[in-house]
Amino acid sequence: MIKRSFIGLSKPRLAYGSLEDTPSLKQIPTSKEVTLLADCPFDKKNLLFKKKAAVKTGQRLLLYKESDEYVVSSVTGEVSSISSYTGDFGRSYTAIAIEVAGDEEIDDEFNSAASGSKDASLETVKNYLAFAPGNPPVKLFSDKDKPINTIVVCCVDSDLLITTNQYIVKSDIDAIKNGISILKTVTGVNDIIMVASQSQMHELSATGEKVNQVNDTYPSALPHLIMKNVLGKMVPAGKTPEDIGVCFISAEAVASIGNAFKSGQIPVTKIFTLVKKDGSKSLVSARIGTPASDIFKAFNITLNENDRIIFGGPMTGSSVYSEDHPVQPDTDAIIVQDKDDIPVISDYPCTNCGDCIRVCPANIQINLLVRFLEAGQYEAAADQYDLYSCIECGLCSYVCVSEMPIFQYIRAAKYELGRANTAEATNG
Amino acid sequence: MVDNNIADNNTVNTNKFIVSHAPFWHDGSKISLRNYNMALAALPAILFGIYYYGMQAVGVLSLSISTAIIWEFIFCRITKRSNTIGDGNAAIIGMLLGMLLPATAPWWFVITGTFVAIIIGKQIFGGIGANPFNPVAVAIAILMLSWGNVFDFNEALINFDFDFAMVYPLAALKHFGVSAVDSFSMGNLLMGKQSGGIGSTFGLGLIAGGIYLIIRGIIRWEISISFLAGIIITSLIFNITDPARYAGPVIHLFAGYTLIGAFFLATEDSSSPVNFIPMLIYGAGAGFLTVLIRNIGFYVDGVIFAILIMNLINPLIDKIRPKAIGKVVENA
Ligand code: SF4
Ligand code: SF4
Repeated sequence: MIKRSFIGLSKPRLAYGSLEDTPSLKQIPTSKEVTLLADCPFDKKNLLFKKKAAVKTGQRLLLYKESDEYVVSSVTGEVSSISSYTGDFGRSYTAIAIEVAGDEEIDDEFNSAASGSKDASLETVKNYLAFAPGNPPVKLFSDKDKPINTIVVCCVDSDLLITTNQYIVKSDIDAIKNGISILKTVTGVNDIIMVASQSQMHELSATGEKVNQVNDTYPSALPHLIMKNVLGKMVPAGKTPEDIGVCFISAEAVASIGNAFKSGQIPVTKIFTLVKKDGSKSLVSARIGTPASDIFKAFNITLNENDRIIFGGPMTGSSVYSEDHPVQPDTDAIIVQDKDDIPVISDYPCTNCGDCIRVCPANIQINLLVRFLEAGQYEAAADQYDLYSCIECGLCSYVCVSEMPIFQYIRAAKYELGRANTAEATNG
Repeated sequence: MVDNNIADNNTVNTNKFIVSHAPFWHDGSKISLRNYNMALAALPAILFGIYYYGMQAVGVLSLSISTAIIWEFIFCRITKRSNTIGDGNAAIIGMLLGMLLPATAPWWFVITGTFVAIIIGKQIFGGIGANPFNPVAVAIAILMLSWGNVFDFNEALINFDFDFAMVYPLAALKHFGVSAVDSFSMGNLLMGKQSGGIGSTFGLGLIAGGIYLIIRGIIRWEISISFLAGIIITSLIFNITDPARYAGPVIHLFAGYTLIGAFFLATEDSSSPVNFIPMLIYGAGAGFLTVLIRNIGFYVDGVIFAILIMNLINPLIDKIRPKAIGKVVENA
């Protein structure tokens, strides 16, 4: 954990993790059971398959009637349970557990779809690759209401400690190249911008694409700041880059697309950064759905009462309840934090010290905003105190002298307001 | 909502993990740490006061710090709020109040001061972070208005015998004009060869403490620097218009509560602005008002009232701020 320096006058300098050489990748053997999380609420009545259904590696499983949500099985075996899973802020998912069988069989539906036409088609990408490692944002490619005119390929990792995308750039640049040309063909977007750290510029210039550099300190690699500083475009408060025609995709997702079409198989292993209690890092490759406990076993990590398991980075990730939480297509890091390293959260009020104001990249009056959030006055927070300008970097909580969970308040408020708006829209 | 939930997991494992929200790092800053550093920064000036005024100064300071803590404790008890004395804020308020008082301040005076500072200055507004005025300044102002003679440093400190002219420069200036303070050289003022509050005369010590706090990022330098700039510029203008009546910047900078005001009072977190331009306006305004009160007002020293006036308009000036990113101004 990076602490405040003695000279507190300067802003904290949080440097992104960087990869000098290509580290070795630790492969985790296939687990006995994997769990796939689909980003849609569990709905037993409309399920399209049942327990005990046989699945093959790379097989697409459509979940519900009249819905195009699907997951892609990362193993061969049979479905052992289908249940509901609740994530941060009460968001609900459908969890599909698959018990692994002895012999692996590769599903060939994607292969026939991909080779059916001469060129890769948007339909194929959309119908098969949403669950590929890196979570390609396939839905954005074909959203009629929000046409995309620029695609930003992130070769850097947006949160601290993580080196997943950097690893892909080092190890699989051909797949990225291939993925980019497929993206161009299927989306018709020719404006592709790669963003990279200084040390990657050289490697990436070989791709022949436009490469732009981002600063090596957090939070420069967050999409909103890339928009502002690299593309020179301002995302209006509360809007996303895709609302103004820019789609972000990670280098890993691009490589997944490239590899899928090259091999005729949907990739099913996820690469991520494992950060152990002592802060040491390893790059790991595991099937999507592998429970974290199997990864800990492979690394001899023991967890004790009151430790913390984080999926994602230290600033923006989420902590999970269970050691068996599965690796997902967007799991770029798993961090294990010892109970003694977990910062306390206090119930102190804001003392108006102003430290958050100095670090906030969005110029938000957090000292005022937080008072409204604490009081649950979310509308006022949104209308008068720029709640929606927040780009979710978490720095305010990181520096808060009162140790308030400001970022948690902000996310909770956005989530609640979002829910209220959806309810209004459906009722009205 | 504010909790580190310890949640059961549904598996056979029995370990319970801490589930809370991002970020999972903190830079380690803390209110108590800030306050300890504040005390450390004040130490040179305090030790100097003790060296000059001896046990009487020790008495005033200890009484002030301890009663401030006790008032806070009592208030938290009565209102059933969680006990906050551990954060060191009450102790700092007591310490600063003691530093402003003359070493001869009677015990009831000190206790009344801390009562006003803690209860009226801070707690009735909701405690730390909610006070619109600097609690110490509130207390000193009320004490000055009620028992002004205690602050007559010349009168109060008459029994002390020093190797320098025991004169309160600002009083001399007010009553006898510029010629009366000619004898104060900048060096003597910085070395505390003047009369005044226990912890407010040792200019060098206060400056060193202030620089320490600025470097550590504990006080906002914009406020301190603009306050001092406000003092210099305003006193210079007065001085140029009528050098016989109005003293130059040296006296205004290094006498009275100027330095302790610049580094320890005006910078109080809750009652001062946090945005850049507002901080400059706030500091410069307080500096300007200080000299104005000293030169043409009724009071000998203007720091306390200047800070209180700026506290009052702080919420207004702090509205001048950069636009949040992505903010669209609607013309509806
Ligand atoms: S998380 Fe905090 S610091 Fe970051 S943009 Fe939002 S309000 Fe500002
Ligand atoms: S850092 Fe925390 S205590 Fe300081 S102004 Fe921001 S919210 Fe308030």
